Amino acid sequence: MKIFDLDKWHEIYFALRKNPLRTFFTAFGVFWGIFMLIIMMGAGEGLYNGASHDMGDMATNSVFMWTRTTSMPYKGFQRGRFYRFNNGDTQALKDNIPEIEYIAPRLQGWGGEGNNNVVRGDRTGGFNIQGDYPEINIIDPVNITSGRFINDIDIKDKRKVAVIGTRVVNELFIPDENPIGEYIQIQGVYFQVIGMFKSKKNDQQADHENQAIYIPFTTLQKVYNYGDMVGWYSITAKENIPVTLVEQKAKELLRQRHTIHPDDDRAVGSFNLEQEWNKMTNLFKGIRGLVWIVGIGTLLAGVIGVSNIMLIVVKERTKEIGIQRAIGATPANIINQIIIESVFLTAFAGYFGLALGVGLLELLNYILNSSGAEATMFSNPEVDFNAAMKALGILVISGVFAGLIPAKRAVSIKPIDALRDEL
Amino acid sequence: MIRLKNIHKSYTTGSNTLHVLKGVDLEIGKGELVSIMGSSGSGKSTLLNVLGILDNYDQGEYFLNGELIQNMNEKKAAHYRNRHIGFVFQSFNLISFKNAMENVALPLYYKKVSRKKRNEKAMGYLDKLGLKEWAHHLPNELSGGQKQRLAIARALISEPSMILADEPTGALDSQTSMEMMDLFKEINSMGITVLIVTHERDIAAKTQRIIRLKDGIIESIVTNGERKKWLREQSMA
Repeated sequence: MKIFDLDKWHEIYFALRKNPLRTFFTAFGVFWGIFMLIIMMGAGEGLYNGASHDMGDMATNSVFMWTRTTSMPYKGFQRGRFYRFNNGDTQALKDNIPEIEYIAPRLQGWGGEGNNNVVRGDRTGGFNIQGDYPEINIIDPVNITSGRFINDIDIKDKRKVAVIGTRVVNELFIPDENPIGEYIQIQGVYFQVIGMFKSKKNDQQADHENQAIYIPFTTLQKVYNYGDMVGWYSITAKENIPVTLVEQKAKELLRQRHTIHPDDDRAVGSFNLEQEWNKMTNLFKGIRGLVWIVGIGTLLAGVIGVSNIMLIVVKERTKEIGIQRAIGATPANIINQIIIESVFLTAFAGYFGLALGVGLLELLNYILNSSGAEATMFSNPEVDFNAAMKALGILVISGVFAGLIPAKRAVSIKPIDALRDEL
Repeated sequence: MIRLKNIHKSYTTGSNTLHVLKGVDLEIGKGELVSIMGSSGSGKSTLLNVLGILDNYDQGEYFLNGELIQNMNEKKAAHYRNRHIGFVFQSFNLISFKNAMENVALPLYYKKVSRKKRNEKAMGYLDKLGLKEWAHHLPNELSGGQKQRLAIARALISEPSMILADEPTGALDSQTSMEMMDLFKEINSMGITVLIVTHERDIAAKTQRIIRLKDGIIESIVTNGERKKWLREQSMA
């Protein structure tokens, strides 16, 4: 049996055209099902993209650690003691915990909030001064728009160089000026600008990051008299190693080095991005699951509608089927015809739903992009090709199932009964 | 050609069983023109359905061209109907959305004959039956006689060895009925066995043999020539 058989299509065309309104409403059920599925999948993806964009390109297997006051007395020390990380800790972490992929000790300079700490000619501004290692641009990266980021030689030679954010550029330089190679004065010390960057995050986080100035960690320690002090650590774990394990080991080591009670959980503060990430991923897994359940449910309702209508069509055409069988149509001929009819109806309606759904998402995307606003909660609503193909596959299969019951019914009637059937 | 041995057939509706055929024995030779008569409820349509493999029977034996037709699956039955038997019905039973040519060509479609070939052949039969100008008209644009000729063309196209006609003139006026009988005679003269179920005496009179059914059994078989001979002998005596 060929599928591309003119007589077959003629029959399908006739059967569907016989009652156009009924065909339309039947098709609408399937159309709406797939349309909703696509729209909901797209919206879910949009929410996910929005939320994950908030984090920028931050390594999801990273942990941040800082010092707090001790909460338990230990070896003669009172509780409530304050301590500081130092360069020795950095080396000890590197030496003793092989699971660490990157470790970036960080230190923040004065200023920022409110106080003007940076001067260039007659322009001034208050910015966050970050003392950093090159590794930070792997753990929590920014977009380098021109020039370069801090490198190992900067660290080794304690160079007075700075990488500045877009806000810094805007406030210290006039629009056509090229900041690279220029000097800015940070807390009375001159630094040469070697690079510019833009944040990869959204909203407030981006604003905050864009007004930062990165200078080499070692330079900051030395120039501003921090000694060997470390402000906090950003650490990532090696591939396939949970960062939670690294977090535990690092805390243990740090407690030991600073004579803190081994059970004192509050002395070392930390934020584990992996756990947050997992929470978020699970949430979106849940949303996706829900979308599929609701979408498939709606689709199923449409398909059942098709099946019902096909039953009625078979009933209406009982006599015709009888004639066809009397003059030589086999049961396979009849089943084939009805199933193809059903698949055609579902696939046709479904294709429109698919196309319109994807079209609407694209339109939404276009509007979001062209409005220029850095979308916050919602960005890039999209349906991936595989999901769309899956939906189409489900459609065709459900079309077959929708046709199966009516087709069985059609051949269960004996040709003689079908011929006698007076309508 | 056709040999029936003690055929029984009953229908069950709910708890009632209706015994329709109560042991029918019949032989019809190749190239005969036979009519089956009987009042309504005599079982003539049931007999035709059994003969046409549209329905199965409960007991007995049915040989068609020397082959036992018994408990056939639908696929095989469809195949047999398609190759050996042409049907003509009282209500024509044409497919309403296909034009005259396509209706005639339909049996060949199930024989998997190419579209071009079957339409060519269908046009040939339409021409023979004087319906060539109507080839592209839908059935509901044709008169009753034309519709029945169309149905006959459809029955002939698969070159069957037997034509089964169930009240073929039931919906036609008497003049068209006679034309139709002439057509059947002509078909019969080509060597095709024709079996006509009718309750009209003058239609039956045009056939070679009349099989009278009553209450599910054959009451009498009258050969037309013998009847005339018998009548002549009666008058001479």
